[in-house]
Parts: sequence; structure tokens; C-alpha cells
Amino acid sequence: MSQDVPQAELDELEAQFQARIDAEEKIEPKDWMPEAYRKNLVRQISQHAHSEVIGMQPEGNWITRAPTLHRKCILLAKVQDEGGHGLYLYSATETLGTSREELVQALHDGVAKYASIFNYPALTWADIGAIGWLVDGAAIVNQVSLQRTSYGPYSRGMIRICKEESFHQRQGYHIMMTLMQGSEEQRAMAQDALDRFWWPSMMMFGPHDAESAHSARSMKWKIKRQSNDELRQKFVDQSVAQAEEIGLKIPDPELKWNEERGHYDFGEIDWEEFSRVVSGNGPCNRQRLQHHIRVHEEGQWVRDAIAAHEEKKRQRAGKAAA
Amino acid sequence: MSEHMKLYEVFIRSRRGLDHKHVGSLHAEDPQQALEYARDIYTRRSEGVSIWVVNSSDITASQEGDCESFYDPHDDKPYRHATHYQLPEAVNNM
Ligand SMILES: [Fe+2]
Ligand SMILES: [Fe+2]
Repeated sequence: MSQDVPQAELDELEAQFQARIDAEEKIEPKDWMPEAYRKNLVRQISQHAHSEVIGMQPEGNWITRAPTLHRKCILLAKVQDEGGHGLYLYSATETLGTSREELVQALHDGVAKYASIFNYPALTWADIGAIGWLVDGAAIVNQVSLQRTSYGPYSRGMIRICKEESFHQRQGYHIMMTLMQGSEEQRAMAQDALDRFWWPSMMMFGPHDAESAHSARSMKWKIKRQSNDELRQKFVDQSVAQAEEIGLKIPDPELKWNEERGHYDFGEIDWEEFSRVVSGNGPCNRQRLQHHIRVHEEGQWVRDAIAAHEEKKRQRAGKAAA
Repeated sequence: MSEHMKLYEVFIRSRRGLDHKHVGSLHAEDPQQALEYARDIYTRRSEGVSIWVVNSSDITASQEGDCESFYDPHDDKPYRHATHYQLPEAVNNM
């Protein structure tokens, strides 16, 4: 499309676009936008959508094994919310002219990514607590910041999602708190879950700012509003008091309050593990993707039945009109 | 005359970044005309930066009378709300 537009005119359009962003105005679907902005958004929002959907797997794994009926109802409601978040985000991506089928295909082809955290297994009931508290906690830090993203439909989706997230983190923390009030074994189980989920949660914010491939331009376009390192620091600062309150110990020997900075200092992430999991070799990468593909294929008869039913209705309406 | 013209529902975005909101309806011959009428009727005091018009007949609506069977299951799930979880004061801002 844009090939037909002369360069001078493109520059003018881009200047207007940037001026709008600099003035804190939102970009809406029918506005002119640089192709790279559109692409960047499709990549980020669809990655976000896939994360919501794939994230249902580790938690869904515990629905039938929740320790009480009440916990089961809560977990079911949470997983249902995550499916809904996926839908909000897929439809935000579709406003950019990319179809749902293309997005799902890209996931199945391994071209599109999702948050690496969901490639770790949920081994015990305490993991469900750790996931709600830390993984949703980290996601909320990120999503609160993205409420101010420059693309209107994404921003509105984030506002809706943040409202629904509020119970996710609290129910997870409540599980951890209850375990910490329990037996020796239950407390050990909670600590073990924290030990395994702490560092992968820290990785959710992505590489250091200096190494982040898309960061600088995303910040200029205000797709991202705060850098990876800023958001990670916020997550650490809020988590320490939460852990201490219920007697959990964050597995980082370098974690220390820094009076001067007014923040906690913390240790370095194992970046080798990070790139191993991102590149497809975490504990559950294959399983997650295979499961998604299998369920998608098994659902084909439902989509076929809907199409057949629509066709039948159309034919009936045609006959009635004739 | 209105019996020959279609009914359109009008939605207006008052400011960039906000959702379109339903403001009313009008009769028009086609969508383009509906847009122009909507501009004249609903945005005389710069109430909006963007207008959507939709054929009223294309809107499928739930009935308020069906409320109970349609929404009922939602009311007995207080655990969907953050306030359901009692946390210690020190971390209650979570
Ligand atoms: Fe979510
Ligand atoms: Fe969540």
C-alpha cells in the first residue's frame, strides 16, 4: 500500500503520527501508522494473547486436583478469565488487519512466541499459589504500565484485563499464606514453589534494557511505557515485603535494601537458562505447543458443524424468499 | 418518509483512547448519509472525534427480561472479586 505514496508525503504522515504520540494521544485502528509500528504491535499483542491462552495449561492441570471444592471453583474462574484475556487481545490484534487464523498458525509454526514462564511445570499445589502470586503479580506490573500504551484498542484491553486480574494475584497469595500457616511439610512445599518460580518470574520482564532488541523504538512509539529493568525493579520491591509477611524467603543471596537508591538490589538472572527456554528448550515447550495443536485439531468438527449449520440456515432462508 | 429509510444506531468516540459510546439513532438512506446526519445531529458541539453508524437491524440484543437465566450464575461467585480474599494489612494493597 505505502509503496504508492511518495516519500515526502510519508515523512509528513510519520511526523504527524509521532506528534500525536508525543502529545499522549492514542492511535486508533483507522489512523495512518508506519508499517513497522503495525508489525511491532501485532508481534507484541499476539504474543501477549498466546501467553494468556498457553498459560491456561499449567494451571488447568490442577483444576481436578484442587484440595477443596472452593479452591477448585476459584481456579476454574481464574483459568476462565485467562481464556477471556486471550480473546480480548486477539481481537485487539485483529483491528490491525491480521486474522485470528494467521495468529494461531504462527503460534503452531513456532514463529510466534509466548511468555516463557509457561514452559515451566506446575508440580505441586503450592505452584498454583506461586503462579497466582508471582506470575500474575509480574504480569500485572507489566499490564498496569501497558494501560498507557499508545494503541487505543490495546490500551483499552489492558484496562479491562487489569480490573479482572486483581483477584488472580490475591488468590495465589492466599494459597501461599494458608500453606505457611500449615504443617512443616506444607510450609516446605510453599518455599519450594517460591524457589522454583522466583527466577523464571524475574525473567518475565525480558532481557536487560541494553540487550532488548525492540525496546528503544517501542519506547519512542510509546508501545512500551517503562523499560524491562524498571518494571523488574518494581516487581522485586513489591514482592520482598509480601514474602516476608508470611515467612517465605526469596531465593536470592544478593537481595538487599539499598538505602541510597531506595530500591532493593538483587542478583543476576541466569541468562543462559533464559535463552534456552525462549529458544524452545525449556522443561515443557514441546508439550505446551503440542497440546495446543492437538486441542485445536480436535475442535475442527465443532467449527465444521457451525459452518454446516450456517449453510443450512442460509439455504432455508433462500428457499423461503423464493 | 422515514418508512422508506433505514434506521441506524450511532456511536461516538468523544476522545481518542476512549470506547465508542451509543448516543442515539437516526434514519438515513445509506451508511454515508447516516454518518453525515450523525455529524449534524450528535456532534454540533464537538462531542466526538469519531462516529460509527450501524444498521439497527444488524444489532442482536439480549432481553432484560431474560436476565435471570442469562446472568444468574454470576451472582453466586464472590470469589471472582478481589475483596473476597482477606490478606494481612501490610500486603493488602496487592
Ligand atoms: Fe491474564
Ligand atoms: Fe491472570
